[in-house]
Amino acid sequence: MKLVTAAFMPLIDASILAAAREVGFAESEGIDLVLVQETSWANIRDRMAIGHFDIAHMLAPMPIASNLGLTPFDTEIIVPMSLGLGGNAITVSDQVFAALTLAATGALDAGRALKGLIESRAEGGAEKFRFGVVHPHSAHNFELRYWLAGSGIDPDHEVEIVILPPPFMPDALEQGTIDGFCVGEPWNTVAQTRGVGKILTTKNDIWASSPEKVLGVDANWARKNGSTLAGLVRALSNASQWCSDAANRQTLSHILSRPDYLGIDAKILTAALKGPAVYEPYERAATFPWQSHAAWFYTQMVRWGQVDHLPAHADIARRTYRPDLYREALKGTGAAIPAASSKVEGALASSTVVGAGSSMLTLGPDGFFDGQVFDPDEVDAYVAGQKRQ
Amino acid sequence: MHAQNAGMVANPPFVLVIDTNDARAAIIKDGLRAEGYTRIEVITQMDQLAARIVTLQPDVIVVDLGNPNRDMLENMLQVTRAVKRPVAMFVDRSDKPSMEKAIEAGVSAYVVDGFRQDRIKSIMEMAISRFNAFSRLERELETAKSALADRTTIDKAKGLIMKSRGLSEEKAYALLRKSAMDQNRRIVEVAESLLLSASLLGDGDE
Repeated sequence: MKLVTAAFMPLIDASILAAAREVGFAESEGIDLVLVQETSWANIRDRMAIGHFDIAHMLAPMPIASNLGLTPFDTEIIVPMSLGLGGNAITVSDQVFAALTLAATGALDAGRALKGLIESRAEGGAEKFRFGVVHPHSAHNFELRYWLAGSGIDPDHEVEIVILPPPFMPDALEQGTIDGFCVGEPWNTVAQTRGVGKILTTKNDIWASSPEKVLGVDANWARKNGSTLAGLVRALSNASQWCSDAANRQTLSHILSRPDYLGIDAKILTAALKGPAVYEPYERAATFPWQSHAAWFYTQMVRWGQVDHLPAHADIARRTYRPDLYREALKGTGAAIPAASSKVEGALASSTVVGAGSSMLTLGPDGFFDGQVFDPDEVDAYVAGQKRQ
Repeated sequence: MHAQNAGMVANPPFVLVIDTNDARAAIIKDGLRAEGYTRIEVITQMDQLAARIVTLQPDVIVVDLGNPNRDMLENMLQVTRAVKRPVAMFVDRSDKPSMEKAIEAGVSAYVVDGFRQDRIKSIMEMAISRFNAFSRLERELETAKSALADRTTIDKAKGLIMKSRGLSEEKAYALLRKSAMDQNRRIVEVAESLLLSASLLGDGDE
């Protein structure tokens, strides 16, 4: 058995890693997958830098930020696979939810209503709305900002965005330190169950089939352990399929409820898996590391001033994702693998069957709530377009 | 106060220690004083942490790795510039060995940009050694606690044997030891299973 040490944060989208260990998919590949629960993304980054962790559950933009030199350590981190789609929501306090008087559900209407409320509050001289996200280099931060900006709200000036650890979000909402948050499950469901907030809109509403966490791998370790990494990708791919099967949901909730995973009541976890902030671990090529996802995250880093837009930077971001390693690992397993490494995000209005080697694959819908399209070959134009908004 | 060895640090930086563990925070504070740092603030309660840091404007922040607020801290220090002067992390790329030692010890630190590296180094070295000492102490305490628990278990099992078999304490212990050897188990394990079966059979003396 080959020992592989992985870090994770207690969130629903650590499911694939948990199942790989607990259901035996890692073992079948000859891997003793040791999972270490962590308390912050900073710890995961730091401890990977000094070799405590070979691989980790990471926020999708984190490895990109590391490779761009935006973090204290310039550890090279690669992404040979994604760890699923969706699973986040924007939750607001009950008071804010009531004040919004929503005519319909969906990101577009919620955004419009929020803009109206923010404007009337500003006229009344009230404090700015404060939103919590988990990390500056997170899909949460970028999707919240994308939604706000697309709803005509300036995320830098008309609201305040603060960083909070996921488990603190419901408490902060209850105490009134924040008015809303964008966080991964189960924390939206926890807040809703505790009666301190309501889910306003979801990640899937803002950008359908959008990426969330990835498997971050220390590039040095990957270079020395190529066959182990391939085995790991196979194990995680099998685990993702197992997690996606509704028949296994109960078992998955029970595994995740253990204190060494999430330490949250299995009933809440089952509810969180049901949605509305649905987390998809397998279907629609959920674990494929699309380079267009990396490129989109990069455009958002540029948009919000985290990095300058340079061709070299865009290239580093794109190449952080390694669909080649994914294909290599799953070749011949019968898994449906996309033939392309990038796609035009927002091009598929509905589920579409595409050719994928010998098997058929269903992709999408992958649209943005505002109808925008992101063509990864037109990064310059996209970045320029964002500036004007 | 305790600056007898190192003497006073000229123009001492304002050091903020953030640690939910009161005891560890206290030994770090003590260590800083011993090194001649006189301006120290300790935060052990995390409510309103961000606002308090903005008010305090520390030059150096020492924080334990177990603190879930590290992501918030870093963002506050690096991106939002909530603290007047831009802040960089001490654990920088140029000094990998000391960064490794810090992470192994479970401590990290953040420092105001432009602050002299050699000055922070002594703070870090002290924090690392105190963190390590604290962990050692915790481990020793844990061992002592479990040794005490073992002894209590063995004493109870001994009492049970003395009562049910009418044996002396010495004989009761010898019996326990012999069955442990026969079963290739630790005495405490044999004692535990004896107490468990006694309680299941309802003839325990509790």
